[in-house]
Amino acid sequence: MVADNLQQQEECGTSLWQDAWVKLSKNYLALFGLGILCLLTVVSLLTPWIAPYGYEEQNLLLGATGPSLDHWLGTDIFGRDMLTRIMYGGRVSLTVGFIATAVALLIGVLWGAIAGFVGGRTDAVMMRIVDIMYALPFMIFIVLLMVVFGRNILLLFLAIGAVEWLTMARIVRSQVMALRKQEFVEAAHSLGLSEWTIIRRHIIPNTLGPVIVYTTLTIPSVMLLEAFLSFLGLGIQPPQSSWGLLINYGVETMEEYPWLLIFPGIALSLTLFALNFLGDGLRDALDPRTAKD
Amino acid sequence: MALLEVNGLTIYFHTRNGLVKAVDDVSFAVDAGETLAIVGESGSGKSVTCYSLLDLLPKPPAVIEAGTALFDGEDLLTCHPARMREIRGSDIAVIFQDPMTSLNPFISIGEQLIEPLIYHQNKTQRKDRKTARKMAIDLLDEVGIINPEARFDCYPHEFSGGMRQRVMIAMALINQPRLLICDEPTTALDVTIQAQILELIKKLQKTRDVAVIFISHDLGVVAGIADKVMVMCDGTVREAGDTAQIFYHSENDYTKKLLAAIPEGAKVQPNRAEKHKPLVEVSHLKTYFSDSSKASDGKQFIKAVDDVSLNIQRGEILGLVGESGSGKSTLGRSILQLAPTTSGTVIFDGTVLGDLSPKQLVPWRRRMQMIFQDPYASLNPRMTVYETLSEPLLYHGLANSNTIDQQVRQLMDDVGLAHSQMRKYPHEFSGGQRQRIAIGRAIATRPELIIADEPVSALDVTIQAQILDLILALVERHNLTMLFISHDLSVVRYISDRVMVMNKGVIVESAETETLWANPQQEYTRQLLKAIPLADPKQERMRIGNI
Repeated sequence: MVADNLQQQEECGTSLWQDAWVKLSKNYLALFGLGILCLLTVVSLLTPWIAPYGYEEQNLLLGATGPSLDHWLGTDIFGRDMLTRIMYGGRVSLTVGFIATAVALLIGVLWGAIAGFVGGRTDAVMMRIVDIMYALPFMIFIVLLMVVFGRNILLLFLAIGAVEWLTMARIVRSQVMALRKQEFVEAAHSLGLSEWTIIRRHIIPNTLGPVIVYTTLTIPSVMLLEAFLSFLGLGIQPPQSSWGLLINYGVETMEEYPWLLIFPGIALSLTLFALNFLGDGLRDALDPRTAKD
Repeated sequence: MALLEVNGLTIYFHTRNGLVKAVDDVSFAVDAGETLAIVGESGSGKSVTCYSLLDLLPKPPAVIEAGTALFDGEDLLTCHPARMREIRGSDIAVIFQDPMTSLNPFISIGEQLIEPLIYHQNKTQRKDRKTARKMAIDLLDEVGIINPEARFDCYPHEFSGGMRQRVMIAMALINQPRLLICDEPTTALDVTIQAQILELIKKLQKTRDVAVIFISHDLGVVAGIADKVMVMCDGTVREAGDTAQIFYHSENDYTKKLLAAIPEGAKVQPNRAEKHKPLVEVSHLKTYFSDSSKASDGKQFIKAVDDVSLNIQRGEILGLVGESGSGKSTLGRSILQLAPTTSGTVIFDGTVLGDLSPKQLVPWRRRMQMIFQDPYASLNPRMTVYETLSEPLLYHGLANSNTIDQQVRQLMDDVGLAHSQMRKYPHEFSGGQRQRIAIGRAIATRPELIIADEPVSALDVTIQAQILDLILALVERHNLTMLFISHDLSVVRYISDRVMVMNKGVIVESAETETLWANPQQEYTRQLLKAIPLADPKQERMRIGNI
C-alpha cells in the first residue's frame, strides 16, 4: 500500500518548485550560500541578546584599538566594540537589503509582466512612467519623500525599493515580449485560460532566470545605497549603524585603523558571495533543462 | 580517380552526457559532374559528414577519430587551416538551408557577392572592383535574378525566400568551385519555388560540370536530382548505390521503412462527414493587419484573410493548402478567435463567436482546440507532461483532484506515451514525442473541432507517418472535426476528405480531395500539384521534364 502510494507520487510527479528544491539540495555551493545567509539572519535576530556590548557603549579612554581578546574585532575611535557594531549593522543592512529588494521585485516583475503581456497602449504608458522615474533625480525623489513623510526606516525601504524596480521592470518586460509570441502561450489562450492565469503559470516562471540573477545583484547594491543615504543624513543615524555606514567611516580612517574598514567589508562581501552562489544555484535549479543530477 | 573520396570517416562528439558517435565509418566518392544525395533523418549524421570536409565542425566537442577525405588527392581532414581557407574559398562551396540567416542583413547582396573575389586568399587571383562587379552581375543573371544590374545594391530583406536562395547559389558559384555541397537547400522554400531552385541547381551543374553533394530528408527531391544515393541513419551508412537501385531494388530495412513512410495516394479511411450539418460556418471573414512599414497614414493593410467563406461539416477532415504567406495560419487562428478579425462572422455550432466577450468565450474554447507546428515552442519548457496535460482538465472543471491522475494517464495512453514519462519536462523528449504531448493537450478537453496548423511539418518522415496515423485514429475514436493546415500537398491528400487551396488570402479552389487531384480547375492549383516531387526516379524525371 505504502509502496503503491510512493510509486504514484513518483509517477505523477512534481511541480517545478519541488524539482528545483531537489536539485538545489544537491548543489553544495548553493547550499553553502544559503547556510551563510541563514547564519547571518539568525545572528542578526539574536543580536540584542548575544552581542558582547551595547551598540552605543563608548569607551573614550580606549579609543581605536586593534583586535584583542576583549574586543575581537577591535574598537572604533570612540572605543565602541566593532563586533557589536557589525552585528547591529547587519540587522539594518540585511533588513534593508531584503525588504527593499522584495519591494523592487514585486513591483518590477508585475509591472514588467503586465506591460509586456498586454502590450500596445498600456505598455507604452507604463513604460513611459518607468522612463520618467528613471529621469527623475533619485536624490530629489528621496529627499521629497523624507520631507513629506518624515524620516523613518520603513520609508527608507520603500524609497529604495521604489527606485530599484525600474530596471527589473525593463528586464521582465523584454523577456515577456519574447515569450508572448511563443506558441505555448498561444496554446494557453486557445485553452481559454484567463490572462492572469497565463501570466502567472506560463509567463512568469519562464522569466525567472534573469530575474533571480538580477535580484542577487540588487541586494548588495541596495545595501550600499542605504549607506550612501545614511552618509548624507537621510537614512540611519549614528550611534545606530549599518554595514554601509561602517564601511564609509572605515574608508576615512583606512590608513590609521584598517580594521575599521576590513571587518565590515568582509561582512558585506560574505553576504554578496553567499547571494551569488545561491542565485546561480536557484537559476540552474529552476531551469528544467539543466541535468537533474 | 574520383574528385572526392572519403574513406572510413569517423567523428565522435565528446559531450557532457557521454560519447556520441555522430559519424561512424562512412565512405563514399563523388566524381565531377555527378550528384550524390545523402539521405537521412535528423541526427543521422548527414550534415556532420559534410561539414567535417570543410572543417566547419565545432571542435571540441567534435573529434575526427579516423578516416581520410581525399579531394583531388589532397586530404581535407589533415590539411593546414590556411590551405583549408583557400579550398573553402575556391574549390568547395556550400549552400545552406536557410537563405535568410546565411546572408548578412546589413550588407547589400552585391557587396557580399564580390567579397570573395576582392579579398581572395590567393593574391594573384584578386580582382579589382569593377571586374568583380561585372562578374557578379553576370552570375546573378545566370541564376535567374531579374534585372541584376539594379538588384546588385539591394539588401537581403528586399528579396523573397526563393530569390535569396538564388543569391546564395550565386555566392557559392562565384569562385567556380569544383564541388558544391547543398545542405537541404530547398527545405525552407515553398513547393513551387523548390521546383525552380532544383531546376537551377541541375542546370548549373550541367553547364559547369561540378560535383554536387546534396543533403536532404526529402526522397521526392532526391529521386529527381541524384545520380547516386547514400542512406544514413545514426551515423552509419545503411545503403548506397545508384538512385534507381535504391528506390526500386532496396534490400535494406531502413531504406524500405523510409520509402514506405512517404505519404502517398488517397485517404484510406472513409469520409465521416455528416452532410449538411456544418459545425463551423465562416462567412466573409476578413483579417487585415495594418502595415506600418508601408503606410504613413495607417490605412495600408496586409490582407491576410480576404473575404473567406467556408463550412466545415461535422466529422470532416478539411485540408487547407497554401504556400507561405497565403494566410492559411491566420485563417485558422481567426476561426478560433485567436487573431482579431476585421469583419465577417464565424458561427460555431449555431453561435456567433465574434459576439462573445472573452469570458463568455471560455466554454466554447473547450470545444475547439489547436495543434501547433513547432513542438519545441508549443510546450511550456518549465511544465512537466503531467502539468501540461492536467492544466486544461482542471481549468475547465473536467476533472477533480481524485480523478485527475487517472485522466492524465488515459490521455497519455491515447497519444501513445508511457506513464513513466509523466514527470519529465519537454526538453527530455524527441520532436515526435513532443508533438504527441501537444496533441494530448489539444484533445484533453474533449473538443469537437481541432485546428491543426502544420502539425507534422517539423518532423522527420517516419515520425510524420506515425503522427498522421495517430491523428487519424484520434479523429475516429473521439469523433473529431478537423481543419488540417499544411503546405505539404501529399500529407493533405493522405489525411483530408476535402481540400481548399488558399493563395494571397483568398480561397482559390475547394473540392473533394480526389476530385481536386484528378481535375484541378484553377491554374494556381495545377501549378501546385505539378510541383510536388515524387519519390520515384522515373516518374519524377518525367515530371521534371514536363514542367
